[in-house]
Amino acid sequence: MVLPLPRARRRAATALAALAVAALTALPGPATAGPPDTLVMGMVLEPPHLDPTAGAAAAIDEVVYANVFEGLTRIGPDGSVQPALAERWEISDDGLTYTFHLRRDVTFHDGTAFTADDAVFSLQRALADDSVNAQKGLFAAIDSVAALDGYTLVVGLSRPEGRLLYNLGWGDAVMVGLESADTNKTRPIGTGPFRFVRWVQGDRVELEAFPDFWGPAPALSAATFRFIPDPAAALAAMLAGDVDAYANFPAPEGLAILEEDARFAVVVGTTEGETILALNHRRPPLDDPRVRRAIGHAIDRNTLIDGAMFGYGTPIGSHFAPHHPAYVDLTDRSPHDPERARALLAEAGIAPGDLRLTLHLPPPSYARRSGELIAAQLGAVGVAVEIIPVEWAQWLDQAFRGHDFDMTIVAHTEPLDIDIYARDDYYFGYDNPAFDALMATLQSTRDTAARADLYRQAQTILAEDAVNGFLFQLAKLGVWDARLSGLWRDSPVQANDLTGVSWQP
Amino acid sequence: MAERRVRTLGTAGRVGAATTGAVVVVALVSLVWTPHDPAAMDVANKLAGPSLAHPLGTDHFGRDTLSQLMAGARVSIAVSLVAVGLGAGLGVPLGLLAAARRGWLDEAVMRLNDLAFAFPALLTAVLITALLGPGAINAILAIGLFNVPVFARVTRGAALAVWKRPFVLAARLAGRGRARISLDHVLPNIAGTLIVQATIQFALAILAEAGLSYLGLGSQPPEVSWGRMLNEAQTFLFLEPRLAILPGLAIVVTVLGLNLLGDGLRDRLDPRLDPQGVDRRPAGARRG
Repeated sequence: MVLPLPRARRRAATALAALAVAALTALPGPATAGPPDTLVMGMVLEPPHLDPTAGAAAAIDEVVYANVFEGLTRIGPDGSVQPALAERWEISDDGLTYTFHLRRDVTFHDGTAFTADDAVFSLQRALADDSVNAQKGLFAAIDSVAALDGYTLVVGLSRPEGRLLYNLGWGDAVMVGLESADTNKTRPIGTGPFRFVRWVQGDRVELEAFPDFWGPAPALSAATFRFIPDPAAALAAMLAGDVDAYANFPAPEGLAILEEDARFAVVVGTTEGETILALNHRRPPLDDPRVRRAIGHAIDRNTLIDGAMFGYGTPIGSHFAPHHPAYVDLTDRSPHDPERARALLAEAGIAPGDLRLTLHLPPPSYARRSGELIAAQLGAVGVAVEIIPVEWAQWLDQAFRGHDFDMTIVAHTEPLDIDIYARDDYYFGYDNPAFDALMATLQSTRDTAARADLYRQAQTILAEDAVNGFLFQLAKLGVWDARLSGLWRDSPVQANDLTGVSWQP
Repeated sequence: MAERRVRTLGTAGRVGAATTGAVVVVALVSLVWTPHDPAAMDVANKLAGPSLAHPLGTDHFGRDTLSQLMAGARVSIAVSLVAVGLGAGLGVPLGLLAAARRGWLDEAVMRLNDLAFAFPALLTAVLITALLGPGAINAILAIGLFNVPVFARVTRGAALAVWKRPFVLAARLAGRGRARISLDHVLPNIAGTLIVQATIQFALAILAEAGLSYLGLGSQPPEVSWGRMLNEAQTFLFLEPRLAILPGLAIVVTVLGLNLLGDGLRDRLDPRLDPQGVDRRPAGARRG
């Protein structure tokens, strides 16, 4: 009865059969609790390297920010600016000179002391022409940096910069050591409460408490960040107790199960992630505002949030976080109205079925699932959509840098990043001099009320121009062992600050 | 006993034929009718259990699972059929040519064949779709290409045995060309073997298509595919295991049916098994 087939073929067949039913066998193992002073934190993406001053990847900050590296200031759990390595500071009346008084008891993990020289070095390195800093804009206003003495730093600005203290709290502005800066990518040396132990590529990064930390010693003696890209595996790891906490749980559909389980706490907070359907303005007819508005009217945000995010998320009508004080709800500018969408398309001279658009979808489920729903919703108004799933590397290469796309879905997770719409040659190719001027005014405005007003105007311009399809604000879906306390509910910056995390008895 | 077995498909073969037939019928029916539009989403009604309106429930977008399974059968069968057709269409002529010509041509074809066998089929299919981009057409190409050496090898082996038969020698003495002999005498005599092989390859192609779609490299949404249904169901395992079990079962049943049918057909059609049950296959074909 045996067939004259090469054995390898049949083995391949067996492997395939196993693959086909693999999904059926992923059952949780026995639950085991970790020792009470260590923590295993789950993450979806692995950082490309560990130097926050040399890369844009959020995963870098999610491992090292506030744990390994600290800046002059830091952003707290509520998004406020707090002192960190600078104990206090003075600002000159014209707003052009900042004098920072540094802590005197700070040492790097390699034993060298942190002084004003390191601070000057760190800032100059970020400012340099050959700087590889991913957020050079944070430092754009800085004109000069000098050490007055070992623990006093003077920063001179070329123009007033309302957000300087906030900017210096970003992961991209952390302080690095003169001696260790070059090797931070693989062996990060900072001043934080945890020092780097090792990085098992493709699996985890291990940290341990740094005994000479200047502040109060953290409650945890060690922490591990495990990288689990698959949402189903994340749920299984959580249920099995292999992972103690997920700051951003990747499978919203699994929350119902975790919520019912008394072992876990499910904490839904806010993120800075505006999820947008980016439209390529370089490609006709997407340069026509009527077509873009039609796309906006075709989309039903509530269905997206319900279908793709299982109800977690807040609809947005412009590129701004709803929990920010300056937020204006502009969702009524582009309500779900297929009739109006069809009418606008007809007005732009596009017959139903004539418009075919590609939709590039990066891997996260918010993009893939929203993409399928949006394709169906656009199909309902006569726009044919071809879905092209891509990996992150491809997305960065083709869509973000190569501008080779019609539409794509992505969440912009940087805080207060509405200024990306003023950037030249940004991937969606929006160009509006009035908006650029507004952003320039904003940069030199320090008054909070005036800034809020400018932010409101900016949001309205983007909604009026229907620059992109504004979908929803990602929710931060935190899941952790119910005995853990001190993890952040919201994520005002991309960070997993473990300083205050402890196990409750 | 052997006498009866070779005359019919046998019980297992009949079960296989019935199963395969049922799947084909479902696929054909789905061309003209499914209970709902398999791509129609109804988020308000997502993850609903079986009901009168949705006999097998709905998925995470509220799509009707039964309609999706039916449409999935159509996609699986269409992709596999074209892929196997492609493999046989190229592989059989190559095998016939190698057997008829022998010499350096035979060597070249067979060594190329060995080379193709040296690459794990599914991994190479993954490579091809990764290079050309995911999609049903590229999946067909990838699966089809890896069917070529299988058909070439089986054809050559069977054809060589036929070439030694007296009636072929008679035809040669009568002055007929190699090409004519290959088509008129060799091909009809190895057709049974090829049909059996095609059935088995068809089952493998369905698995390969499901595997590629599972990895996101096969047919793309809104087109339905069993493999992608499995993939999408993964995160709902704890919530709605039905969503993973149903497409999994569909794949298992289809592949099992085709394998049983292949076995049955082989017992009936393979000329290398003679009615006395003595294995007269050439030594080379007996391994495995």
